[in-house]
Formats: sequence, C-alpha cells, structure tokens
Amino acid sequence: MVKILKKETLASRVKRMELDAPEIARKAQPGQFVVLRINESGERIPLTIADARAGDGVLVIVFQEVGKSTMLLGTLNEGDGIMDLIGPLGKPTEIEKFGTVVCVAGGVGTPEIYPVARALRQAGNRVIGIIGFRNRDLILMEAEMRQVVDELLVCTDDGSYGTKGLVTDLLQEVIDRGEKINRCFAVGPVIMMKMVSLLTQKYGIPTIVSLNPIMLDATGMCGVCRVEVDGETKFACVDGPEFDGHKVNFDLLMARLKTYIQEERQAVELFRQSQAGCKCGGKGGA
Amino acid sequence: MMAKINPKRTPMKEQAPQVRRRNFDEVPFGYTPEEAKTEAQRCLQCKKPGCVAGCPVQVDIPGFIRHIAEGNFLEAMKVMKRTNVLPAICGRVCPQEVQCEGACVLGKKMEPVAIGNLERFIADWEATQPECVQCEIMPPTGKRVAVIGSGPAGLTLAGDMRKLGHEVTIFEALHKPGGVLMYGIPEFRLPKAIVEREVNFVRSMGVKLELNYVVGKLKTVDELLNEFDAVFVGTGAGLPLFMNIPGENYLGVYSANEYLTRSNLMKAYLFPQYDTPIVRGKNVAVVGGGNVAMDAARTALRLGAERSILIYRRSREEMPARAAEIHHAEEEGVEFQLLTNPVRYLADENGWVKEVECIRMELGEPDASGRRRPVPVPGSEFRIPVDTVVIAIGNSPNPLIPQTTTGLEISKRGTIVVDPETGRTSKKGVFAGGDIVTGAATVILAMGAGRIAARSMDEYLRTGKW
Repeated sequence: MVKILKKETLASRVKRMELDAPEIARKAQPGQFVVLRINESGERIPLTIADARAGDGVLVIVFQEVGKSTMLLGTLNEGDGIMDLIGPLGKPTEIEKFGTVVCVAGGVGTPEIYPVARALRQAGNRVIGIIGFRNRDLILMEAEMRQVVDELLVCTDDGSYGTKGLVTDLLQEVIDRGEKINRCFAVGPVIMMKMVSLLTQKYGIPTIVSLNPIMLDATGMCGVCRVEVDGETKFACVDGPEFDGHKVNFDLLMARLKTYIQEERQAVELFRQSQAGCKCGGKGGA
Repeated sequence: MMAKINPKRTPMKEQAPQVRRRNFDEVPFGYTPEEAKTEAQRCLQCKKPGCVAGCPVQVDIPGFIRHIAEGNFLEAMKVMKRTNVLPAICGRVCPQEVQCEGACVLGKKMEPVAIGNLERFIADWEATQPECVQCEIMPPTGKRVAVIGSGPAGLTLAGDMRKLGHEVTIFEALHKPGGVLMYGIPEFRLPKAIVEREVNFVRSMGVKLELNYVVGKLKTVDELLNEFDAVFVGTGAGLPLFMNIPGENYLGVYSANEYLTRSNLMKAYLFPQYDTPIVRGKNVAVVGGGNVAMDAARTALRLGAERSILIYRRSREEMPARAAEIHHAEEEGVEFQLLTNPVRYLADENGWVKEVECIRMELGEPDASGRRRPVPVPGSEFRIPVDTVVIAIGNSPNPLIPQTTTGLEISKRGTIVVDPETGRTSKKGVFAGGDIVTGAATVILAMGAGRIAARSMDEYLRTGKW
C-alpha cells in the first residue's frame, strides 16, 4: 500500500496528490511516469510524475477525472492507500543547455511539463512557457510555472483568462517576434501536440512530445503502447514516452486511444450509479 | 510376478469441449487417488531411467511414482520437493511428450507412463492436506542473493539457493508474482490459485519477495551488486514481435502478450467487475503455432468468439505447441488455417481491423531449425473477415536489464550471453537464465536454467572464483 499524504483540488475535476514513495521519489527524473493500480480489481493506469522530492520521499501526481479509475482515485483521501505503484518508468527527458527553449502545455499537460521546464532552466536555458486551458476555471499551476520559467504566456480557448486562443497562436507570436528557439517541448492532448509539431516543423525547431498511449504492464512486455515514429513501430513505455514530434504519427495514436471507448463509457456509467447509491430514496426505508 | 501392464495410460477426466470452450475453469479434473495408483503401477522402475535424464530439473521420477503406486503420497511429495518446488505447475505445463514421457521405456511399445499427470496429482493431493511438506534449509551462509523476475527461472533458482542456506530476495516488476505463469498462461490451463500456492511455498522457505520493483529503473544491477553477493537475471520475454506487414497497428490487433495479460493477470474476462477491458471479438484470428497461440485462440472462444481461427505458416507436424494443447484447441472448435501466412490487414473507416489477407504456403527445403521452410504460393491470396487479431509469433528479450547494466555481454538478438554450463554472464557475480537468455522457450527450460545457475552460483559464493 502506498499512502496518500496530501490531496488538493487544482481545478474542476483536476486533483493533485502527494504519495509516500521514497524509493521512486529518489530515482524519478523529469519526463518519467509511474503506473498505479488502486485496488485488487483495478486497472494499471500510467500517470506522468508531476514532481518528486527525494528529501522527504514524496512523489506528486496530478490527474484529471476522465475515466472510472481516475474518478475512483479522486474519491480517495489523505491517509488512504493505493494498492500498487510502479516506477519510475520510461526514459527521462534529455536535459541539456540548448539555449532558448519553449515549453508548451495544454490542460493537465501543465503539471507534466512543470518538472521538465524547471530542469531545463536549471541547466541554463532561457525558458519560455506557454500554457493553455479551455477556460479560466480549468487553469492550474500558473503560479508554480511562473517560478520556473523566464516568461510565461497563458491562453484560454474562450478568452476568460489570458490571451484568447490556442497555445499554437501564442507559439506563433513568440516565433514572429523573432525569438531564436533552439528546442520546443510539448505535453498535452494529442491534437495539441500534433498542431505544435506541425507549426515548429515549418520553422525547423526541434520538438519533443510526450506521448500517452494506452499502457498495460508499461515495462516493455505487452506492446499495447506501440506508436509509429518515422514509419517505424516504437514502444512508448521503454523507447519513450518522449519522441521527435516531427516524426510521430499522431493520427494513429488518436485512433488507438479510442480502442476501449465503449468499455470506458460503460465503466464510468456503472461507477456513477454506484456512487449515487441505491435509488430507493430513503435512509433505511421500510 | 508382475501383473500384465495396461498398454493404455489411465485417462484423466476433463470438462467436455462444448462446455469448457465457454468457461475459464481448468480443463482436466485431475486423477483420483485410485486412478493415480493404477497409473503409477504401470511404471517399470527402470534401473537407468530415461525419464530422469529427459527432465531438465532431474526429478527422481521412478522414486516419486513408486511411492504413489504404494499409496504413500506424503513420501512421494517429499521426493518431489527435493528437486522441484513447483510440481503443480510442471505437471500442467511441461511438454512431457518430448521430455520425461518421451524417454519412457514403455513408450517403445505402448503408451508411456503419464508422468505429468502423476506429478500434478501428487502436488494437488498435497494442497488438500493440512500441512505441506517442508524443505530442509541448510544453516545460514550469510550470503545474499538478488533474483530479478519471479517467473519459473527465478522461482527455481530462489528455491534452490534458499535450501542451500543463502538469503534470497526476488524483485518482481509486476504487481503479482509468477511472471509468465501469472500473466501468460490462462486460468483454464494453469489456475492462478495454483501459481499463488507454489509461490507462497517458496516464500514459506524464507525467500523475500519485492513486488512492483522494476530493476533497471528503481535500482540497476550494478547497484544491486553493492548490496548482494550475486544477482540472477530471469526477466523473461520482452516486447512482442510483429511481422512488419501493413496494418498491424490497426485497432483490434493485439500482441499475444497484451491479449493474454489483459485476460490472465488483469482478469479482463471479468470486466466490468474488474476494470481492465478486452475486446470480445466475434471473429478472431490468431497468428502462430506455439503454446501461446493455442492459449490465445482458446481464450478468444471463452470470451465469446463465434470463430477462432489459427493461422500458421507451416503444417501441423511443425507446430511447436504441446500435443495436448493442439488437441484441446481442436476439440474446442478452433479452426486451423495451416500453411497460411498473413500478408496484410484491412480496416474499416475508424481504423478497426476488418479483414486479414493471407497467402497459402508450401514447404520447401529444411531451414536452420531443421524444419522445412514455408514458401508462399504465388496468386493464392485470400481474405478472412475478422474483428480481432492476436499476433503470437514470439518476443524479443526484455530490454530493461541489457540497457542499464554495465559490462554485460548481449547477443545480436538482445539476449544475455551466458555459459550454458553455469549460467554465468560476462559480468562477475551476475547470472542469467530463462527466456532472457534463450529467447521465448518453455517454463521447464527456464526452470532448468534456474537450477543450473543455482548450482554454479552456490559454488561462486563459497569459493569466490569466477
């Protein structure tokens, strides 16, 4: 059992948890992920490591409640346990002094890019952060991001906060103002990473994306996480999760993510029913 | 005066094919004590038993069978556990026909003794007893051994090393111990409760088990060598092989590793009580001819498939699967498309696989494996409608340890190079065995490799000589 030390809500349906995982925290590096299984009947879900504190043995995860497992995870509280936690998995982000780098994140990609941005800055890069959300209620970790970048640009789809528009609009602005960008990192929804990659390709800016295919064992055994990079099949759990954004077949990834869409809906429906409790309408009834 | 030997072995009762093809319960029911005694009495008790020589872990086969024949089951189990701590597993999954039973002298004129069935019987009998037979553990040596992977190779080595008095810790990456026994082999062939029982026996000997521990990530082999006197790498099969033909990444195309892990380890056949989903295809094609392919084809039936079609590029004679598995699959209604090979997959507008295009093959000259090489017949292409495909053509070795260990010699195929006589790698103190050395093979060969490495590791720990 892995104990939940702290839990907070960052935005609507987005939660942050600090887990007591000293061994993983000591080894975790930016860009890596963990797999967790909540209980005996649970599935193995991969989550990017949002932060790791070797000193006090704390591992931080941030997740959006989108499916049954993340919804169930969201119902757990401080002091509760998670049955299994495995990691750190995947290859760490390649951190070097590149010069000027742009870190682009959408939605819950923000907590995932946070440790990457911090490490890049520590390595001596000038870091420009671009984070985008659907609306002001969904904004998260803005203050934390400001701490670790030289400049932070924020946008919302509906203009309720920051610039109205998409992260690619802000990225275009940065390019247009004449910044010499040496490398771009993008984490977020697949469509966002695809659009960022298409844009940077036009300007020849090397771009690293962090892919989130379906995973099962996530240790190099099952092969479900296969993605196509430069026409070749790669396995995100051991070859990635980060790849050259200009070479990834994003459309295939989007299609494969829909494999279990029906089952996911069914599981969410059953979970909602179970949370609503019985329908008899009374406390104890007759 | 010995009674005349029955030329036929005592059959083991099993679920009828039409019933079992729709459930995940184990197929054979096992022998009753009377059936076991009857079968055991067929053994000639050879002075120079071929069966023992044919066994990768050298179980004293005539020894335990003699005790069964006399109805002395406890003694039989004691003999068994001297050499094999996983008998319930071996009795079920070993390819006996090419090992012990293949070497049985009775087999020359009649059916060989059903050694596997007897091994299974004695292990299952023990499970019904209030206490199990304990192994003798030698006094502590003060030496510490790390075992990476809790599959058949690792469990065997762990058991052997513990008996010799060493302190043993197994590191397992998954959330359950057993490796392929847990994630790969289906419930209907090897019930998971039996794997748990035999793993628990190894633990009861004092072997420590760390689950969810990915060596290569959490700690490297080099780091383990700071804490342990010797390390055994038994990390098994890794990434699945694909044929590199068009369409293998379409939705509904699985590797056997994924398909079986979902069903076995994650219990996806019980979705939605268990959270892990699996596609319940109506028309399932399985590509391959080994045990894993049979397991996948039979799992597909149990998940509700109307047709489960096995596509294999050679003929039946070349199939590497155990005879019993082929027989069971056929009885259950798996259709065999032999001398056939997929050339591409076709998908619908959403990217779901809808057809597999195949080509007929004929057998040419023998290849390096000694089997006749399959050659495509030009113009023989045809299509089979499918909604699920499972590719079961093997695995490459797991890459984590080779990638993260210094000074470890790795073959071109990605396997760890060892001296086959000792299991020693190119790195001092590090041993390896099982699929990580051989590429995908069998449970018992992995156990045999664990046994060989244990002998050599014990010698190394006592003498310090590499």
